[in-house]
Amino acid sequence: MAEVESDRGGCRMTTSFLLNGQSIEAEGHPMERLLDVVREQLGLTGTKEGCGEGECGACTVLLDGEPVLSCLVPLFQCEGRRVETVEALAGRPDGPLRETLERFVATGGVQCGACTPGIVVTLAALLERNATPSREEAREALAGNLCRCTGYEGILRALLPALGPEDSKA
Amino acid sequence: MIALRPRSLDEMVRHLEGDPGLIPVAGCTDLMVRGPEALHRIDKVIDLLGIPELRGSRAVDGGLEIGAATTFTEIRSSAAVRAAFPALVEAAGQVGGWQIQNRATLGGNIANASPAGDSLPVLLALDAVVVVAGRKGQREIPYAEFHTGYRKTALEPGEIIVRVRLPHLPAGSIQSFRKVGTREAQAISKVVVALVGRVDSGRIAELRLAAGSVAPVPVRLRAAEEAVRGLPPEAEAANRAGSIAAQEVQPIDDVRSTAEYRRYVLERVVRRMVLGLVG
Repeated sequence: MAEVESDRGGCRMTTSFLLNGQSIEAEGHPMERLLDVVREQLGLTGTKEGCGEGECGACTVLLDGEPVLSCLVPLFQCEGRRVETVEALAGRPDGPLRETLERFVATGGVQCGACTPGIVVTLAALLERNATPSREEAREALAGNLCRCTGYEGILRALLPALGPEDSKA
Repeated sequence: MIALRPRSLDEMVRHLEGDPGLIPVAGCTDLMVRGPEALHRIDKVIDLLGIPELRGSRAVDGGLEIGAATTFTEIRSSAAVRAAFPALVEAAGQVGGWQIQNRATLGGNIANASPAGDSLPVLLALDAVVVVAGRKGQREIPYAEFHTGYRKTALEPGEIIVRVRLPHLPAGSIQSFRKVGTREAQAISKVVVALVGRVDSGRIAELRLAAGSVAPVPVRLRAAEEAVRGLPPEAEAANRAGSIAAQEVQPIDDVRSTAEYRRYVLERVVRRMVLGLVG
């Protein structure tokens, strides 16, 4: 689709994309935030709004496999693309993310939990590219996900079970 | 509401001829922070992400051109950019976190024209040229002349940045980049500095210093450059460059920092960068 026009009065349009593997049509203003569409219209409330201005990473989703902030993606740019949210990613029955998530609670990777969905999505993208990231690679991947509780140590330990907190390379 | 998604540069130019008031968007990272109410008042946008001529980099005579809609993730992973312009790669890695780098574009950083834009001092120090397209065709604007005032640019209505040309540096050139912010990532800078220089026979033969967040626009630190050109890259030159740099800028107090802190940090960052010329 090359262009989208709708009447100026209504300011609504239909955008078609793949959400967690299913074709869907979302209605809304072209500049609607993907975050609001996912939460309010599609009912997937796993994606959280933290700051709403691109600073915290709580609303991270995958767009064509790349982690992006859904508070900064307008609906119209999702046309024909693939969006994955924490519900689908964390629900996968196996794989490196599954193993990491199973360790998350024991290592203290979750405390208040507000940042956790965004961190899980970022980790899904990281592990997809690199199943054995070093501590430095993991820290860099998570640089856009703010966590105010854990100090990240619990998260990194879940990711790198063989490492102590001071180790630097897997 | 109109949301146009041209698939070629020609198609983009035709749309803008018809309506120079279309709001150009790409990664939207600076636009979307305005919040839902302001966003719903936007009634016509033109999306640049689907235009192949605006994506990626290509070698040209004497340099490298990077498309305006190239993301910072693409810049970081480009072998050609890494080989020739490591300071730009360094800056690209400090524009927000991974999620921002996947969306934010070089052209957007320039067009948004924030004095704190992370890549902008690098483009200044590299003597970049901005290629823009509009109804009168394409023209080139030296990047040093692009920002005409706080958040003002040399773009005319209906003109779009299409690419940035970076001239290759002579062998033996050193490039460095330093961003100082509240956190290492995902923070708007308090001070950002880039250096391009070369030492020949023990003397500073070439020096281009540029800084952001210290004036209404990204600025070259020309007085500091002049003061130390021809000197050995040692403590005396480094101290002189740092203190002159701190005097020639016009930082302000704002939510992120104070003018005093910015001068203090700029002085020290410049000093260390000049010492770094000896590699």
